[in-house]
Amino acid sequence: MSTVDKSMALTGQPPASLSLNQKLAVVLGMGGMGILLLALFNVTFPNKSLWLTISMLAISLGTLWFSWDAYSHKLPGIKNDGVWFKSISSRGLLGWMTGLALTGFYIVLYFYPEYLGLASKGENTGVISLFDPLSKLLNGNPASQWFVYGTLYTVAILIFGIKFLWKYRHNRYERLRTLSVMFFQTAFAFIIPELMARLNGHKILDGGSLPYYDLKSIWPLNYYNFEGYRIKMFLSSGNIGFALLIFAIASVFIITPYLTYKYGKRWYCSWVCGCGGLAETAGDAFRQLSDKSVKAWKIERWVVHSVVVFVTLMTTAVIYSYLGKDTSKYWLTKSTFLIGVASFLTLVFGWIMIFKRKQLQKDAQYGAIGYFVIIMALIGFHFFSGDGYVFLFKSETLRKTYSFLIGSIFSGVIGTGFYPIFGSRVWCRFGCPMAAIMGIQQKLFSRFRITTNGGQCISCGNCSTYCEMGIDVRAYAQKGENIVRASCVGCGICSAVCPRGVLKLENGPTDGRIDSNQVLLGNDVDLMTLVNQK
Amino acid sequence: MEHIVIIGNGIAGVTAARHIRKLSDKRITIISAESEYFFSRTALMYVYMGHMKFEHTQPYEKGFWKKNRIDLLKGFVTKIDAENQILITTDQKEIQYDQLIIATGSKPNKFGWPGQDLEGVQGLYSKQDLESMEEFAPNNKVCKRAVVVGGGLIGIEMVEMLRTRNIPVTFLVRENSFWNGVLPKGDSQMINEHILEHHVDLRLNASLDKIVSDENGRAKSIIIKETGEEIPCNFVGLTAGVTPNIDFLKDSGIETGKGVKVNRFLETNIKNIYAIGDCTEQHEAIGNRKSVEAVWYTGRMMGETVAQTICGNRMEYKPGHWFNSAKFFDIEYQTYGWVFSERRKAENEIHFHWRHPKEKICITLAFDAASQTFLGINTLGIRMRHEIFDRWLSSNKTIDFVIEHLVDANFDPEFYKHYEKEIIANYNSTFGKSIQPKKKSLKRIFQFN
Repeated sequence: MSTVDKSMALTGQPPASLSLNQKLAVVLGMGGMGILLLALFNVTFPNKSLWLTISMLAISLGTLWFSWDAYSHKLPGIKNDGVWFKSISSRGLLGWMTGLALTGFYIVLYFYPEYLGLASKGENTGVISLFDPLSKLLNGNPASQWFVYGTLYTVAILIFGIKFLWKYRHNRYERLRTLSVMFFQTAFAFIIPELMARLNGHKILDGGSLPYYDLKSIWPLNYYNFEGYRIKMFLSSGNIGFALLIFAIASVFIITPYLTYKYGKRWYCSWVCGCGGLAETAGDAFRQLSDKSVKAWKIERWVVHSVVVFVTLMTTAVIYSYLGKDTSKYWLTKSTFLIGVASFLTLVFGWIMIFKRKQLQKDAQYGAIGYFVIIMALIGFHFFSGDGYVFLFKSETLRKTYSFLIGSIFSGVIGTGFYPIFGSRVWCRFGCPMAAIMGIQQKLFSRFRITTNGGQCISCGNCSTYCEMGIDVRAYAQKGENIVRASCVGCGICSAVCPRGVLKLENGPTDGRIDSNQVLLGNDVDLMTLVNQK
Repeated sequence: MEHIVIIGNGIAGVTAARHIRKLSDKRITIISAESEYFFSRTALMYVYMGHMKFEHTQPYEKGFWKKNRIDLLKGFVTKIDAENQILITTDQKEIQYDQLIIATGSKPNKFGWPGQDLEGVQGLYSKQDLESMEEFAPNNKVCKRAVVVGGGLIGIEMVEMLRTRNIPVTFLVRENSFWNGVLPKGDSQMINEHILEHHVDLRLNASLDKIVSDENGRAKSIIIKETGEEIPCNFVGLTAGVTPNIDFLKDSGIETGKGVKVNRFLETNIKNIYAIGDCTEQHEAIGNRKSVEAVWYTGRMMGETVAQTICGNRMEYKPGHWFNSAKFFDIEYQTYGWVFSERRKAENEIHFHWRHPKEKICITLAFDAASQTFLGINTLGIRMRHEIFDRWLSSNKTIDFVIEHLVDANFDPEFYKHYEKEIIANYNSTFGKSIQPKKKSLKRIFQFN
């Protein structure tokens, strides 16, 4: 039906076409990328600091120039004209090409860093060597592939963050949220850990070394945070190390549950988290590609909660493996730890099943019971059978498998590489165990909801289309029902794109949070009462 | 099993079908010639603008209809044989029904303008209209200029659509200010300014004389009645309102006026035949409402009501407080209760209008001069809470109360700037009052203890 030219964004017609300014901006940005590519193929640059600066500036200015030209001459408001006509944002040729390039980049980054120029001995070469001066400036050491990745990641969040700020300049919720993720990425994920590395060996750490620690990265997203080597490093770094360890534990058991109760999981997912930060900024152009089908929702629930079970088992096994057996040396032994884990899980499971069972779908109940039985059986099996493998596998095998499957393939290659194909939040939706745990709490025990404004919904579908988590927001709104979904990250875009002012993210009393009014406001009062009787 | 047949798969017909399924096990068939599946008519503009694909306008997945045992039949009903309870479609198929619901919606008005049936001249109502727009106004090469005739909700949407493809648009508005038969002058004036901001050639006090044809039967220009000016164009949008789509009911014995005549139970003059949505005409208008209401929400409410009646709980159509909404380019509009334009308002209806000095934000509140009862609000650029206004209208709150508690009704996203202080100061100085703004109270908003 559409006669709009969808071939390539560069040659389309309004609103998909590019202006002259935008074409020049693309050339500039590609020039910056070109320097990185040349470095990748081992072209040696004489002055690395200079060429890295030129490259980063060209990429940044290109992106900013492009976005400025897209939004500056338009009035404040929703800027989705032509999203489905553009090749890059509608799974066109450009989208697929970008997807392939990103995926390739992640595979090299995770599994073949030597192709990027990482040297195990001696000087780095290739693109990694280009980053050496910056790395030495920040933490005193040559760059690693992770330093390169971290720098590019931060630059992406900053420049696409500015683009997002322009795009949503009429919306203060969006702007504050974006400034927040830009800040947390730059300060917490990028600069602070690098500076912390400079303290290693210093006397305020009692001569110890801290593990690389992005303070806002919380278990189980940060699945390796409680591994043996890290605990040793924390404990050998004086009071600061100990305080950080306490903070790491408190973020899991106190800070996260408290903030999620008060504000929903959005406080993390779309205000603090780095994965969320990239999705909301660089990934914003792809949010509409998420799958909204009921089938995708079913798969999502099974997959993401299986990851939670996996990470729980894996972490338990890892911690178990380095604990001692002798109570006289340290109170926390292998058996106290296992009993502790089992009791904690039983408490959480019992609480949900006794008080909140009605809010769970049938398959969620079966899933919860099934997984609970499996975990308990594994713990019990191990506990009563004495030593040997924890949970049938060596803890190291579990750890490696998790790190490969979830940590690398899922969060990186699929999660970000496939942005232009599956949308920007594939990892957050299907893979992130932290999002899943906060999601359970958000669904069952939080003040957050998206309120539906009476009977104003016209079922247009903008909210569902632009939900990056694939929630069919309209299905609730058109029934006059509030949206309380475990997966909602509170990005606020559904509310922003709604042309009728129907949706509002807010925190309020937990009673009556889900208003399942089948007959909408504005109708006869008697009829409403009648139909709403259940 | 009783067979319920619904003609039309718009919001009214589909709502009726869904609620009948909820309440009963009856056999349900929906007939439509327009589209295979239900879609949101109000979202057609976003398909042309590239915000959504057509699939996104369909609120239910394909499996939904099978799962809920609602049969969808593609076809156009040409004749209703009420005596034998049979429908006949264009391909001579006969469909037996036990109860029939007519929900055929509207069609764009055409007032007999010369040239109104030329190629490149159309309204914007159906999926076919969207397809035709893609054909005649795909870009600014094929369509060097478009003219949109009729300053109402669809008109301004069509203008917005065409502007996203950089097509120059001339917008003919018969009145001396946009939609001022409905909007009070302050609100209407702000929209005039916003239309101009979007580089639209807005012509107020201008109506269509005729559309001129080229040698191939395509529109090539229009003539303005008031000035005689000829404007060359390749596309003409006719958006001067809609009218019930009931031509196929001639000779069926079903009583019609402007629309299908129904009583308050949405029953026509023939037993077992009901009509809902845009295509109906109430024998007597309800309250301040018009007897024909072509509004999304009323279609939905009628669907809910008729489902009760059909399932054995005969129910009167009793719409609650009036509400509506729209979006004029970037400005959202909501209304609760009644705020009439200067042309239509009664003497006792007093308006308080506040407009932001810079931003495109304004509100107009109406109240009764004698009793000071709050009558309604228009809000442009600020979102308001439906439930709160519904409550205030039901309990006949005074204008002072509403002004004082305005913050409770605010529905803008979190962290948005609030304007209650400025609004209240303005109100106080206009009416010589000294109201102090209340603090927002979750207790009042959500009514809990």
